[in-house]
Amino acid sequence: MNIELIGITVLWLFLYGYLIVASIDFGAGFFSYYSMITGRKHLVHGIIERYLSPVWEVTNVFLIFFMVGMVGFFPDTAYYLGTGLLIPGSIAIVLLAIRGSYYAFSTYGAKDNPVYLLLYGSSGLFIPASLSIVLTISEGGYIEERGGQVVLQYGRLFTSPYAWSVVILSLVSILFISASFLTYYADKAKDYKAMEVLRGFAIGWSAPTILASLLVFFSIHAHSPWHFERMMELAWMFALSLLCFLVATYLIWQRKRLGVAFIMVMLQFAFAFFGYGAAHLPYILYPLVTIHASVTSPTMGVALIIAFIAGLLLLIPSLYLLMRLFLFSASYVQGKNGK
Amino acid sequence: MMTYDPVVYSRILTGLTLGFHIIFATIGVGVPVMIAIAEFLGIKLKDPYYTLLARRWARGFVITVAVGVVTGTSIGLQLNLLWPSFMQIAGQAIALPLFLETFAFFFEAIFLGIYLYTWDRFRNPWTHFSLALPVIIGSSASAFFITVVNAFMNTPQGFKLSGRTIVDIDPLVAMFNPATPTKTAHVLSSAYMTSAFVLAAAAAVSLLAGRKHIYYRKALKLTMLAGLIFSLLTAFIGDLSGKFLAEYQPEKLAAAEWHFETTARASLVVGGVLTENQEVRYGLKLPYALSILAFGKPNAVVTGLNDIPADERPPLYIHYLFDVMVVIGSLLIVLCIGYILFSRKARAAKGQALPRWLLRCIAASGPLAMLAIECGWIFAEAGRQPWILRGYMRTEHGATTAAHVDWMLLLFSLLYMLLAVTVWAVLRKLFRTNTAEQEMISRGIEGGEPR
Ligand code: HDD
Ligand code: HEM
Ligand code: HEM
Repeated sequence: MNIELIGITVLWLFLYGYLIVASIDFGAGFFSYYSMITGRKHLVHGIIERYLSPVWEVTNVFLIFFMVGMVGFFPDTAYYLGTGLLIPGSIAIVLLAIRGSYYAFSTYGAKDNPVYLLLYGSSGLFIPASLSIVLTISEGGYIEERGGQVVLQYGRLFTSPYAWSVVILSLVSILFISASFLTYYADKAKDYKAMEVLRGFAIGWSAPTILASLLVFFSIHAHSPWHFERMMELAWMFALSLLCFLVATYLIWQRKRLGVAFIMVMLQFAFAFFGYGAAHLPYILYPLVTIHASVTSPTMGVALIIAFIAGLLLLIPSLYLLMRLFLFSASYVQGKNGK
Repeated sequence: MMTYDPVVYSRILTGLTLGFHIIFATIGVGVPVMIAIAEFLGIKLKDPYYTLLARRWARGFVITVAVGVVTGTSIGLQLNLLWPSFMQIAGQAIALPLFLETFAFFFEAIFLGIYLYTWDRFRNPWTHFSLALPVIIGSSASAFFITVVNAFMNTPQGFKLSGRTIVDIDPLVAMFNPATPTKTAHVLSSAYMTSAFVLAAAAAVSLLAGRKHIYYRKALKLTMLAGLIFSLLTAFIGDLSGKFLAEYQPEKLAAAEWHFETTARASLVVGGVLTENQEVRYGLKLPYALSILAFGKPNAVVTGLNDIPADERPPLYIHYLFDVMVVIGSLLIVLCIGYILFSRKARAAKGQALPRWLLRCIAASGPLAMLAIECGWIFAEAGRQPWILRGYMRTEHGATTAAHVDWMLLLFSLLYMLLAVTVWAVLRKLFRTNTAEQEMISRGIEGGEPR
C-alpha cells in the first residue's frame, strides 16, 4: 500500500469510529430530552447518564483526530475545504461547542436544568446534519474555483435533493444506532423497563434507516453517476450491509442477543461506509482533489504513520481499560458502584 | 465604515478564540498537577482534608475541561477555516506535532474519564492516585506539542520553499526548532503557576467570606507554596526566553523594549510613553538590564529596531504587554514570600489570622496570573507580526479570502460570551450548594482539629 492509501484508510477508520460513538452520544442526548418531555425520564435517564458521563470527551477526540489527520496527510484539502466551508464549518463548531459544554454543565453542574438539557439534546441532531454537508460537498459540483477564489455555491447546495437525502440519512441513522446500543446497555444493566422503552425506539427507527439509505442511493445515482457506478462494482458490500441490518433488527425484535445485534448494526454501517468511501476514491473532493495529487511528502507521511502506530499502542490498552471499567463492568453498568 | 478585509477579521477572530481557549487550556494543564499533589499529600499524610481538596478541585475541573475541549475544537477547525493557505504549508512541515497532540488529548480524555469516576472503586488509594499521572502526562504533552507548532511559526526550519511547494522536509528538525525549548518550558511552567494562584485565590475568597475551617488554610498553604516554586521557575525560564529572542528574534525583543539604536550596555525601560521621534518619556530606566536580559552580560550589544527593515517591525504596543507580564510575575513572587512571612507570624502568635489585605491580594493573584498569560501570548503573537511563518509567509498571505468572516466573528463572540456566563454560573452553583463543610460532614471527616 502506498502512503496515500494508508492515510485515507486510517482517516476513514477514525471517521467511522466517530460515526458510531458520536451517534450513540447524539442520539442519547435526544432520547434523554425526549423522554423527559414525555414524562418517561425516570425510566431511561439513569442508563444514558451512566454510559455517557465517562466517555463523552473521548467522542470529541475522534473528530479532532480526523480533522488534524486530514490536514497532515492531505494538506491541499485544508486549502479547498477550509476556504469553502467557512460558514457551515463555523456553524458546526458552534453547535459542537454548545453541545459539549451544556452536556457537562447539566451533568456535573446544574443538574436537570431544562434549558441546558434542551440545548444539548437538540444540538446533537443538528451537528450531524451540518457535518454531513462535508460528505455532500465531496461529491463535487458545489465548490467552484473562480479566479483563484474558492466559492461554495449555497443556492445549489440547499436546493440539492442529494444534500437533503444525506441529511435525512444522518439523522435517522443516529437515532437507530443510538437506540440499538442503548437497548443492549440497558439489558446488560438488567433494567428491563428502560430496555423496553429503548427497544421501542430502535424498532421504530429501523425502517426509516433503510428507506433513507435507499433514498441516498437514488440521489447519488442522479447527482454523481461516476460514483454510483463504482458503488455498483462494490455491490456485495452493500448487500452485506443490508443483511447485517436484517439480522440486527430481527434480534432486537426478538429481544435476543442484544450485544450481537449491536455488533450487526456496527457492521451494517461499516460495510456501507467503507463501500461508499472506497467507491469515492481516488477523489477526496471531486474533481479538484485526489489522494494522489494532494498527499503530503513521503518523509512526513512516514513520520505520521509511525506516530500513528505508536499512538495506537498507547491508546488501545487505555481504551480497553476504559471499556472494562465502564462498559463491560456489570456492577458499574448496574449502578452498583457510583462515582 | 471599514471596508471588509478578511485578513483583519481572521486575525481578530483567531486572537479571540485563542485568548478564550487559553484560559481553560491553562487550567487544563495546571490543575491536574495541583489535584495530584493534593491527593498525594492526602494519602501520604493520611489527611482527609487534602483528599477532599483534590475531590472538590476535580469536580470544578470537569466543568472547565468541557469548555477547554469545545473551544479547542473550535480553534482546531478555525485554523483550517481562517488560515487555509497557511495550513496547507504548515500541514506539510509541522503536521507531526499537531497529530501527536491529538494522541495526547486522547490519552488524557480516556484517563480523565476513568479518574473522575473511580474515586471509591479501588481498595488501595494509590491505585486511584496513579490514574492522575496519565492525565498530567496527557495534558502537559498536548500543551507541549501545540506550543511546538507555535515555536515553529516563530523560527521555522526543517524544510525548503520553492514557489508554493515545500521540499526537503524533515519533521524532527521542524519540531525541535530554536524556539521550542524556551517556549514550551515557559508555557508549561506558567500554566502550573497560574493554576496554583487561581486555586489559592479561591481559598482566599472563602477565608475572606468568614469561613474559618482549617481546610481552607491548608488549601491556601499548599497552593501558595506551589505558586512560589512555579513562579520562580517561570521567571527563570522567562529570562531564558529573553535570551532566545535576542539571538533568534531580535526584532521582537527590540520592539518589546522600545530599543531603537543597536548599542552595548543597553538599558531596559519599564512603562513610559513614546514620543513622535521615538523618545521614551516617563519610563523607569534600568541601566544595563536589557543587555543582561538579552545576553547575560552588562556590556553585550543588543540589536535595535532601526536595524530591522521598516516593513518587518512588529507593533510597538507590545512593550506594555511585556511589562505587564513581567511586573505581575515579579509581584506574585513577592506576594508568596509575604504570605510565608505572615503565616509564620500568625503561627507564632496562636490563633491570629492572616491580615485581610494579604488575603485580598491573594484573591487577586489568580486573575492577575491569568492576565499575565493573556499579555504574554498577545505579546508573543503580535511580536511575530508581520509574519505568520517568520521569514517565509506574511500573515496577510496566510488568511482566507472568504466572505463573511465578520459575521463569524460576531457569531463566535456571542458564543464565548454565552459560555463564559454559564461556566461562571455553574461553578458558583456547584460550590455554593455543596460547601466544603457540608461535604466534610456527609463524608464523616468532621472533627477538624488542626493536625
Ligand atoms: C503567568 C504567566 C507568565 C509570567 C508571570 C511570565 N510569563 Fe513570559 N510568557 C508567558 C507567561 C508568563 C506565556 C503566556 O506563556 C508566553 C506567551 C508565549 C509563550 O511562549 O509564553 C510568554 C512569553 C514570554 C516571552 C516571549 C517568548 C517568545 O516569544 O518566544 C518572553 C521573553 C517572556 N515571556 C519573558 C518573561 C519574563 C522575563 C518573565 C519574568 C517574570 C515572565 N515572562 C513572566
Ligand atoms: C498552533 C499554534 C498557533 C497558530 C497556528 C497560531 C496562529 C495565529 C495566527 C494566524 C494569528 C493571526 C496573526 C495575528 O493577528 O497576529 C494569531 C494571532 C494570535 N494568536 Fe496565535 N497561533 C498559535 C498559537 C497560539 C496560542 C497557543 C495562543 C495562545 C492563546 C495564541 C494567541 C494568539 C493571539 C492572542 C493572537 C492575536 C495577536 C494579534 O492581535 O496580533 N496563538 N495566531
Ligand atoms: C493554536 C493553538 C491551539 C489549538 C489548535 C488547540 C487545540 C485544542 C483542541 C482541539 C482541544 C480539544 C481536545 C479534546 O477534544 O480533548 C484542546 C483542548 C486543550 N488544549 Fe488547546 N489548543 C491550542 C492551544 C493550547 C495551548 C497553548 C495549550 C496549553 C498551554 C492548550 C492546552 C489544551 C488542553 C490542556 C486541552 C484539554 C482540555 C482541558 O483539559 O482543559 N491548548 N485544544
